[in-house]
Amino acid sequence: MVSGLVFFRKRIRMSQPSISKSMTSGESGLAVVFAVTAFLCVVASAKALDAPFAFHAALGAAASLAAVFCIINRYFERPAALPPAEINGRPNYNMGPIKFSSVMAMFWGIAGFLVGLIIASQLAWPALNFDLPWTSFGRLRPLHTSAVIFAFGGNVLIATSFYVVQKTCRARLAGDLAPWFVVVGYNFFILIAGTGYLLGVTQSKEYAEPEWYADLWLTIVWVTYLLVFLGTIIKRKEPHIFVANWFYLAFIVTIAVLHLGNNPALPVSVFGSKSYVAWGGIQDAMFQWWYGHNAVGFFLTAGFLAIMYYFIPKRAERPIYSYRLSIIHFWALIFLYIWAGPHHLHYTALPDWTQTLGMTFSIMLWMPSWGGMINGLMTLSGAWDKLRTDPVLRMLVVSVAFYGMSTFEGPMMSIKVVNSLSHYTDWTIGHVHSGALGWVGFVSFGALYCLVPWAWNLKGLYSLKLVNWHFWVATLGIVLYISAMWVSGILQGLMWRAYTSLGFLEYSFIETVEAMHPFYIIRAAGGALFLIGALIMAYNLWMTVRVGEQEVQMPVALQPAE
Amino acid sequence: MKAILTLDNLASALVTTIWTPVFIAIFVAIITYAFWPRNKAAFDEAAHLPLREE
Repeated sequence: MVSGLVFFRKRIRMSQPSISKSMTSGESGLAVVFAVTAFLCVVASAKALDAPFAFHAALGAAASLAAVFCIINRYFERPAALPPAEINGRPNYNMGPIKFSSVMAMFWGIAGFLVGLIIASQLAWPALNFDLPWTSFGRLRPLHTSAVIFAFGGNVLIATSFYVVQKTCRARLAGDLAPWFVVVGYNFFILIAGTGYLLGVTQSKEYAEPEWYADLWLTIVWVTYLLVFLGTIIKRKEPHIFVANWFYLAFIVTIAVLHLGNNPALPVSVFGSKSYVAWGGIQDAMFQWWYGHNAVGFFLTAGFLAIMYYFIPKRAERPIYSYRLSIIHFWALIFLYIWAGPHHLHYTALPDWTQTLGMTFSIMLWMPSWGGMINGLMTLSGAWDKLRTDPVLRMLVVSVAFYGMSTFEGPMMSIKVVNSLSHYTDWTIGHVHSGALGWVGFVSFGALYCLVPWAWNLKGLYSLKLVNWHFWVATLGIVLYISAMWVSGILQGLMWRAYTSLGFLEYSFIETVEAMHPFYIIRAAGGALFLIGALIMAYNLWMTVRVGEQEVQMPVALQPAE
Repeated sequence: MKAILTLDNLASALVTTIWTPVFIAIFVAIITYAFWPRNKAAFDEAAHLPLREE
């Protein structure tokens, strides 16, 4: 296909020799903007008040210069005309940024799972933090959460959203440099955030740890992402906007709103990394968990439900079970999720009515969650036999089952009396990981197993057998992980609230820590299995791209061979 | 005593009295749209969208 495109470009050049080559306004404008940014970053690096800020400004300068070079180099390499929106009446899909994000997703996935395994091992054997600040639990934990949620999950969402929006709109991705700006810019944000954690840069808001300058950069990238996505929808050839695009759009818009709402901060100096968040006290806590829970609702749920609504029908070759249900699923989820945040602040200084409101809306979320799960699972009606033969589809379907399980558990844990036992214990960690490993992880793996052959235009995966191994190794890992955390969490909660007949606490805190030790080892073993599964996957995808056979049903690509 | 019109009062009125019925009305309209018999054919077609793309 690549050679076909090259040929096609040459043909355009030959048939239209009158077109003189010149930079687009996007190319020249962006090159100038990056050149100025590079200069400003050098100044900031020189005047920096703290070492991490100097390092980040230097990274910014290097990245900006690299961007100028790439833009100019790309201009000299490309033909005079930009890639056409259509070739022979068929959309000329833009796969480059999708490939980039898919590769980055796999890279960050393995990095994030590995850091998770390290901190799980640190909890079992504390000496593993080596008594160094950079490898302490407090710094590695946000590195783990950001790497798996925002780096791995984010790249999967960007890659799949760019693929799905093009395919279901039958239109080429909007923008020329903009999609590249989104994928590269987003990964640069991850780099700044991740290295910042290791160096001790944090604004101490859970899942929103990056400091003010990283937040500003992410805002620019995210608005561009929204514009590329909307631009593609606007120029669509398909009159109906497919439901997956609704979910993606809700994810992109809501994350923008959450990011801006939770992060307004005043830097101590424009040349330093430290800032103070505008909100104070209980308002800050409420803003934080309004953000935190909707990051779960709109990043880890809405975005990945979009994947479910496209990849499961496509892989099973069956239509969506009920499109009506998908519409109600979408709107019910949107209307309810945004209110559920206060359940993170039960029995705190948050007003009682707000806690009850959060709990009530969390319980109501049972309905759209299970409606969506039923819709995903029933899409297999008439194709259930494929679960036996296609491990990729099995992965996707099991992810939906985990979605149902963790969205049952979540509302239950939001009930105040249940929360009084579960809060601050390992039960919460177990719940998060049944959603993160089982639902988000598996639906992402399934989507990448589909997406890589499609984006590289290959016949299929290198080995379905290896997918099968990945599936079982990772499933065993998840079962070990979540069952260990259930037992550990409930044990911990019960020990904390146990009183003697004289009214004293029965256990000291250190006794509860000791009791959890065996479960921490089991959890680390589960995490190791999950990581091994991802390594099998990376090998499989690598071999798929390296030795995969080209799909041959592209007449445009074949013609030029003559 | 006459209530003073402040941003707080406005926001509270919006949240407690106007917001809820408006949201319920919008949601009922969405359900009606989803179940409207004439839309069925279009939705059935949309359910096949991932399968018939180029």
